[in-house]
Amino acid sequence: MTQSGERGPAPSAEPVLEVRDLVKHYPITRGILFQRSYGAVQAVDGVSFDLRPGETLGVVGESGSGKSTLAKMLIGLEGPTSGSIKVHGKDITELDRRGAKRMRRDIQMIFQDPYTSLNPRMTVGDIICEPFEIHGDVLPSSERRGRAQELLEVVGLNPEHINRYPHQFSGGQRQRIGIARALALRPSILVCDEPVSALDVSIQAQVINLLIKLQKEFGLAYVFIAHDLSVVRHISDRVSVMYLGRFVESGTDTEIYDHASHPYSQALLSAVPNPTPVGRESRQRILLSGDVPSPADPPSGCRFRTRCWKAEEICSTDDPELTVRPGSDHPSACHFAEGPLEVGGPR
Amino acid sequence: MSEQLAQVSTSTRPRGLWDDAWDELKGRPIFWISSVLILLFILMAAFPTLFTRVDPHVADLSRSMEEPSAEHWFGLDRQGRDVFARTIHGARASIIVGLAATLVTTLIGGLLGILAAYLGGWADTLISRLGEILLGLPFVLGAIIILTTFAGAQSGAGPALVITLVVGTLTLLSWPLVARIARSAAYSVKHADYVQAARALGAGPFRIMFRHLLPNVMAPVIVYGSLMVATFISAEATLSFLGVGLRPPVVSWGVAISEAGDYIRQAFFLTAFPTAFLCVTVLAFVMLGDAIRDALDPKLR
Ligand SMILES: Nc1ncnc2c1ncn2[C@@H]1O[C@H](COP(=O)(O)OP(=O)(O)OP(=O)(O)O)[C@@H](O)[C@H]1O
Ligand code: SF4
Ligand SMILES: [Mg+2]
Repeated sequence: MTQSGERGPAPSAEPVLEVRDLVKHYPITRGILFQRSYGAVQAVDGVSFDLRPGETLGVVGESGSGKSTLAKMLIGLEGPTSGSIKVHGKDITELDRRGAKRMRRDIQMIFQDPYTSLNPRMTVGDIICEPFEIHGDVLPSSERRGRAQELLEVVGLNPEHINRYPHQFSGGQRQRIGIARALALRPSILVCDEPVSALDVSIQAQVINLLIKLQKEFGLAYVFIAHDLSVVRHISDRVSVMYLGRFVESGTDTEIYDHASHPYSQALLSAVPNPTPVGRESRQRILLSGDVPSPADPPSGCRFRTRCWKAEEICSTDDPELTVRPGSDHPSACHFAEGPLEVGGPR
Repeated sequence: MSEQLAQVSTSTRPRGLWDDAWDELKGRPIFWISSVLILLFILMAAFPTLFTRVDPHVADLSRSMEEPSAEHWFGLDRQGRDVFARTIHGARASIIVGLAATLVTTLIGGLLGILAAYLGGWADTLISRLGEILLGLPFVLGAIIILTTFAGAQSGAGPALVITLVVGTLTLLSWPLVARIARSAAYSVKHADYVQAARALGAGPFRIMFRHLLPNVMAPVIVYGSLMVATFISAEATLSFLGVGLRPPVVSWGVAISEAGDYIRQAFFLTAFPTAFLCVTVLAFVMLGDAIRDALDPKLR
């Protein structure tokens, strides 16, 4: 397994992506003519992070934790309720139409489902050339097909298959086509929303390795979303754990995998099978009780308290901030953040 | 790469929905029979003189309602005009009304349906409600009201104007059906990841609607449209028969049937020939529509 340290970017580099206090609330409305608001789904509720050139941030969380909503805001498909997203120092929420279009060359997305992310009625060539048609000044039309074939080669597909339709490819190959399309405008950031979870396990590693190769080749920065920690470990420099619209713990590879301090991260980790049986403390499996609360009505105080085995009085009254606490070396949103030492099971 | 080898076996020629549908159509006798008939009728509409030299307007009152003979195959009508010539020349009105109304209806309905799906919100509500109101009107009644209001007022209207009015009326009353089909087909892919991907690339509304939503709308609208031609041709005949559609001096099957209606017992042939032509035309379009639907439907899911 590659150690993340080798790939890490120069720490001094300016961030390509700066996200501050990002919030997305979907209002719950009723009535057709006279819409009234009945509260809101707090899909994303105060997320901040920086991403440096060539760096990978893994974002991990259960279904419904707001990962896709975060991704859509990052690439400008959804406007945030509040907060800011800066790409190369420019806030994308304040751009005019032209500026917004220009921004799309810098940040692109890879979708989860390779079966729905390619238009079934377009050939692979048309799909990969679409970015050039939209941004007509990038490449003269005579050079587009040649460039599309180069891109197919870059992602490990046969350039002669340019006239085929998506249904003639396997899931893994389709995902490569999606990657080629995302690379066409030479972005500096790729947001990957669970890019391998729809693929066979045997193919997952191939696609992840391709992403790692492309990152080295083009200096790409990734926001890599997944719902389980084992997938992101291989590719991430840093990992953030997401729960009910918030980051509850952020840290480097080792900080999260070996010294998780938030009970939720510990629970997620305990579900990950040990990659090496020797050399790691054997973990006890932590089974979380109860369901994820509705993001329309999150618990007061700490959002994890309804399922936390360490919850105390303070957890329901005080919202724990995501900060570094004594006894730990990385930010965690728990009043009782701790090292990995006493991972106890639920009472 | 192992994945890559896995599928080299599939055909190397690119194949899409339309290729498959064409392959399917080619093998159907019904498709060829109806196509030949329709081509024949279109030829009749475009060049009636290929089929008859007789002027359909020349009247010889002394030979009113003469039975079919070697000289006049379909006989003569009440004013002593050649029924064969009038039936051949009558194809034009039916074909023009059927094709023009279908074309305009699918274009307008398709466009409004895609717009409703794409824009959503109040535009969607407006288009959908308006359509429901129009569909709530009984078709023939609606057409009679519109045509008597507009065409009735100007009895001196020329044939071109009357045909335009009939086409306009049929379109006005039918676009909501197409819009509904187009809307649901467009809506089903509006939130598809590939549309999101196009938006993420910076695609504008036109590209999204015409490059990504429209192709999905084409197949169901074409299927519906091909069946609609027959409906419009019979609707034209119905309206002309009722005296609110085309009327003399325009030569049309509906007009002929209407004129002959009063003498159906004395001179059955006057009604029989234009009716037979009308039925065969309608049937040909229904068969073609069916064949197209069968060829496209499996891919419509
Ligand atoms: N357009 C929307 N309107 C209302 N609620 C929404 C909308 N999109 C997402 N949500 C809600 O926001 C929450 C977060 O959804 P999101 O899709 O971001 O989760 P996710 O982490 O990507 O989950 P998954 O792993 O299932 O993809 C969910 O409760 C979802 O129901
Ligand atoms: S703050 Fe309290 S409830 Fe929340 S994770 Fe920590 S111990 Fe559990
Ligand atoms: Mg998701």
